[in-house]
Amino acid sequence: MTDTAVEHVAHGESPPGVEPGSSPPPGAGGHGPPPVPNFNIVPVRALPIVAVVLIGLVVAIGTDNLWALTFYHVAGGGLWTSLDLFLGLVLGPIMGSMSIPSRVEFTTKFMPKMLLIMPTLVAMTLGAGFQLARHVGNLEASYPHHGWLVASMVIVGAMSVIALGLLEPANLAVLFELKKPRPNGERIGRLMKVFIYTAGITGLLQVATIVIMTFLASR
Amino acid sequence: MTAATDTLPPGFGGPDAEDLRQADLPPVMPIAIATLALVVTGGVFVAAQYGRAAHLTVPTVLLAVAAVLLLVNAVLVARIKAFAWPVFFRVLGWALLAYAVIAGILEYVFIYDHTPARLLALFSAMLVLFAVDVPLMLSYSVARWQPLDAT
Repeated sequence: MTDTAVEHVAHGESPPGVEPGSSPPPGAGGHGPPPVPNFNIVPVRALPIVAVVLIGLVVAIGTDNLWALTFYHVAGGGLWTSLDLFLGLVLGPIMGSMSIPSRVEFTTKFMPKMLLIMPTLVAMTLGAGFQLARHVGNLEASYPHHGWLVASMVIVGAMSVIALGLLEPANLAVLFELKKPRPNGERIGRLMKVFIYTAGITGLLQVATIVIMTFLASR
Repeated sequence: MTAATDTLPPGFGGPDAEDLRQADLPPVMPIAIATLALVVTGGVFVAAQYGRAAHLTVPTVLLAVAAVLLLVNAVLVARIKAFAWPVFFRVLGWALLAYAVIAGILEYVFIYDHTPARLLALFSAMLVLFAVDVPLMLSYSVARWQPLDAT
């Protein structure tokens, strides 16, 4: 067997013999759309964890505690980069080779968590990073390597636009599509591609940021 | 290459009513992304001048253009006739709440750092645009793919 089904999903074609848009009732004769497990778009039980992390961030900034700021910035940035790269370079290709029902089940369990994890990591990294740079004097225009810091700001700015303008909307749209009585697999495949590719691109941009940050830290 | 061994189930792919409606929708996402890019560029421009007398002309112009684009986008969205409005407003409400919290944390940082008044006003206006533009993108990108009677 080849991955014809995956190709159909990717290119928005119907399989041979199937009229575009034709939609028998789910489960009718075993030929309906694959069952979508019940799931919450926003994992409510994880919200207290997000709240604790964000309160910790505010406290770290409020107290100007060097260790806390460094921890939030390094831990947040490391996790953000790893997750992006893992998504784009490891998980994306794996998902592309999974069967459609498996992909649907994985997506319903994975994407709601990403909806909370990614914005939290971004807030941790950028909020603590700005304050840390200010605290140690790297933000000052008189800092000898100020140009490098500005370069990292430009990269982070590009990442923010990609993440907020493409990645997050795709994430949310997939979840709402899966909540429909009859989800459109072609659309989910297309949106998931946007999500995975943009995650990969931001991951690579993150590597550029890490190169700059480690350069600055070693000066 | 051996990969997925099943076939695409009928009714799980191909164009549907939502796909057919896309051609009638205005270019909300490109405009919203441009708005965000202008706000971020303005923010980077100001942050790059930290610690010295900042030139505010460029970021102010960027902010003004971004504000106009956001306004145009709001009008374009409001003029859409066939749209899943209940879904749009449901997502918009929650997203506004979430991004108000994020913008609030950033505003707190600027106030905590004793940011000069003119800069603070500029940053605050940028944060307002950010906190409205991103929820607009999220709610639009969800509602555009929903059936008109979706709640």
